[in-house]
Amino acid sequence: MSEKLGTESRSEQTGDEKQDTQEKEAVVPERAEEVKLKAKYPNLGQKPGGSDFLMKRLQKGQKYFDSGDYNMAKAKMKNKQLPSAGPDKNLVTGDHIPTPQDLPQRKSSLVTSKLAG
Amino acid sequence: MAGAGAGGNDIQWCFSQVKGAVDDDVAEADIISTVEFNHSGELLATGDKGGRVVIFQQEQENKTQSHSRGEYNVYSTFQSHEPEFDYLKSLEIEEKINKIRWLPQKNAAQFLLSTNDKTIKLWKISERDKRPEGYNLKEEDGRYRDPTTVTTLRVPVFRPMDLMVEASPRRIFANAHTYHINSISINSDYETYLSADDLRINLWHLEITDRSFNIVDIKPANMEELTEVITAAEFHPNSCNTFVYSSSKGTIRLCDMRASALCDRHTKLFEEPEDPSNRSFFSEIISSISDVKFSHSGRYMMTRDYLSVKIWDLNMENRPVETYQVHEYLRSKLCSLYENDCIFDKFECCWNGSDSVVMTGSYNNFFRMFDRNTKRDITLEASRENNKPRTILKPRKVCASGKRKKDEISVDSLDFNKKILHTAWHPKENIIAVATTNNLYIFQDKVN
Repeated sequence: MSEKLGTESRSEQTGDEKQDTQEKEAVVPERAEEVKLKAKYPNLGQKPGGSDFLMKRLQKGQKYFDSGDYNMAKAKMKNKQLPSAGPDKNLVTGDHIPTPQDLPQRKSSLVTSKLAG
Repeated sequence: MAGAGAGGNDIQWCFSQVKGAVDDDVAEADIISTVEFNHSGELLATGDKGGRVVIFQQEQENKTQSHSRGEYNVYSTFQSHEPEFDYLKSLEIEEKINKIRWLPQKNAAQFLLSTNDKTIKLWKISERDKRPEGYNLKEEDGRYRDPTTVTTLRVPVFRPMDLMVEASPRRIFANAHTYHINSISINSDYETYLSADDLRINLWHLEITDRSFNIVDIKPANMEELTEVITAAEFHPNSCNTFVYSSSKGTIRLCDMRASALCDRHTKLFEEPEDPSNRSFFSEIISSISDVKFSHSGRYMMTRDYLSVKIWDLNMENRPVETYQVHEYLRSKLCSLYENDCIFDKFECCWNGSDSVVMTGSYNNFFRMFDRNTKRDITLEASRENNKPRTILKPRKVCASGKRKKDEISVDSLDFNKKILHTAWHPKENIIAVATTNNLYIFQDKVN
């Protein structure tokens, strides 16, 4: 006789009571995670899903080195160092002038996909 | 066990094939970005980050080998998109194929739409298995014959040749999107299609490339007021006037193009009410819908957010009719998932042909199936370890906390770099295509 394969877990139904207790239990780990995050990044914006986050999403894309931007920014900064790209999640891409150090590697030439191999 | 099929017997999934390189060092260009069966299921297309499309064709069923269905072999491969540069903004336009959608077959050739962030292309894939030979004025190699040597009239005839599959771009639909295209969807009228970016949705005619109609525009007058973006959009499978789009806030809007030219005002708004006391920093991010798919019947739609899959009845806007937890154990890991950006991963989901089972991917190369009728679910793994054809896949289980049983894997051991974002289900059979980072797995149900 073949065994039934598969885990027999009941998928969540939308019954009210069950959802209440489950969500209360769920919220505790989520809130605990939030506390952890705030501890690591105290400057994190109040509105996480708000402008900053979405603006960053809209401007996704490799920003390339533009000598005009770079030289103008350098002139403004005078003696100060140009800020380089950091892992700061609040940094809106548009404000950052890429420096020669930030340049990505050149793309390799186009070859046939390995899936077709 | 995810069930399907007439007898209601539980099906067993078996390894069938795996495509792609074995080595762990994955070149960025090889990252698979989309997988799609055509309407008959005979063809399976993949797109990757390098802008390439590979199409596989199912072998005709061998009558003597009745214990397995035809294998998928390479049919055609071509470079769909190439990297471009936006000089004005000093931004690169990635060649990554975001989506492929097949047109229903009308004649001998096959057509598909493929898109990157900015440009949609209509590709024609046609077969050539004969060529004309015996021209009157040309030699076989193409050189023209000396006309004075031509003394008789020779009419060329078609002779068989080795099958050649050619892909050619027939239409290029460009310059209509300021933001990044996330979806394309072909209308049931088979004449028009929509393309959606973060803030706008455009309607195109397949024959016309120099203009498109904007049908949704959610760009605020002041970008500081931006609160949500469009994450996915799809036409209804039967009603050519209806489409839906999902947002980063977890809502889905259904629009009727008969109501007005600009569908900024939705006809229906699907949103599950949230208990404000449950709200956390992560709530909005994990509620962002990464994929929306209508059922084949057109009566339901499925949405995927970070932790769950929801089935909505189009007649009920205030809550989904079914909710399935994909990997609830990640809720206590949201902080690190935010730090490593995994919380922003966009998982897709798909229906089986009869709309009875839904499937979606997870981490550690796991993927999940939920049977809507039996309410049972299963976790399977795409791994080269189960490499022999017709090997039945063993169900997997993640241990959220406490004592880990034998064969279970703990949450902390999961490999978050091994994500299954793209899966596809054959429209008629129990054959599934599952994409890991750079490999394509094909699984079939056990045929006796």
